[in-house]
Amino acid sequence: MFTLAATDTDVDRELARALVVAGDVPDPEIPVVTLLDLGVLRGVERRDGIIVVKLTPTYTGCPATVAIRLMVETALMDAGFGCARVETVLSPAWTTDDITERGRERLKEFGIAPPENGARLTLFGSETVTCPRCASTVTEKISEFGSTACKALWRCTSCREPFDYFKCL
Amino acid sequence: MTDKSALFDFVVALADDALVLGHRLSEWSGHAPTLEQDIALSNLGLDLIGQARLFYTYAGEIEGAGRNEDDLAYFRDQGQYRNLLLLELPIGDFAQTMARQFLYSAFLEPYFAAMMRSTDVRLAEIASKAVKEMTYHVRHTAEWVIRLGDGTEESQKRLVSALDDLWCYTGEMFVETASERLLVTMGIAPDKAEIKSQWLTRVGRVLTEATVETPRDGRMQSGGRSGRHTEHLGHLLGEMQVLARSHPGAVW
Repeated sequence: MFTLAATDTDVDRELARALVVAGDVPDPEIPVVTLLDLGVLRGVERRDGIIVVKLTPTYTGCPATVAIRLMVETALMDAGFGCARVETVLSPAWTTDDITERGRERLKEFGIAPPENGARLTLFGSETVTCPRCASTVTEKISEFGSTACKALWRCTSCREPFDYFKCL
Repeated sequence: MTDKSALFDFVVALADDALVLGHRLSEWSGHAPTLEQDIALSNLGLDLIGQARLFYTYAGEIEGAGRNEDDLAYFRDQGQYRNLLLLELPIGDFAQTMARQFLYSAFLEPYFAAMMRSTDVRLAEIASKAVKEMTYHVRHTAEWVIRLGDGTEESQKRLVSALDDLWCYTGEMFVETASERLLVTMGIAPDKAEIKSQWLTRVGRVLTEATVETPRDGRMQSGGRSGRHTEHLGHLLGEMQVLARSHPGAVW
């Protein structure tokens, strides 16, 4: 998924380092996962001497996009890259399948049920979501839209705890 | 009409649709019947405003006159807005909000799905992003339409009244403007005739499940696409644009 556009090895090394710095930036709304975990990092390039980080949004209206942009620019500046630029890439559209295995584990530990891999929404289709606390699959949806654009609100009918579910997209 | 001005008109209309309806949904923030629905309606609005930003930014680039998303959203008057009349109507009660949202989402979801095959790469990209969001909008609003129709006597009465009020505005969704006609032949804009049958089938299926009748087509209202609006849009824009117009060029 990552593209490292470069001509010589020194530049390669710098770009690889910039990729690591950008990838380590935590998500502002769910700080247990990084941008790398979320799969929103689409590559790093150097253009006219400036580092350009390509990011894809999760949802078009996600307010975290602005915060993420600032955080990436700041992280790169702190790491000695000077003025970096963030560029938005729309295609291919982000899907929750882009969330890494490590990202899924971290979401679960944080109490957020990770998206069911490859599951796609159909009108009136039903989903099986596993409770991140007790692993029961006897759960029910409270609301399609939760505390952030990317989450739905569910409840476990075994342990009775409500939990966030990272919706499939 | 040049290809460029046709494309600009088309993209601005898509942006205006998303912004006006997104703004209407934002009026529910803090006022919805339950906390979950409050959050849900705000989330639907957020998706639409996100889509509006992508379309306005693209429209500004097509025009090439240096206008950005904010210039197009805040510094055009109602006669220059090209949104559908359906979307500028007041939010009404919860049934009216849900009925409108369902009728429109059931159109926009297949429309964006078709636009994913647009020969215009940027529009295809935006559509492939937005269509996923619309899938949730259709499902959420369809569930509510069914719940209200197949609910209590009161909820059904309100849903039926909402559908009766809104139906005459649904025809405009399928009216093709001159710009669109040109863009359809170029493979840029989806053909609405194909979308209409999908829309009718889907709406009919949900309303049947909601145990209410699909209203019969009568005289349909239109005018939004040519800048002839109801009195409601001016009030909406007044509220939405006042801050930007009081402090033009302000940044933070």
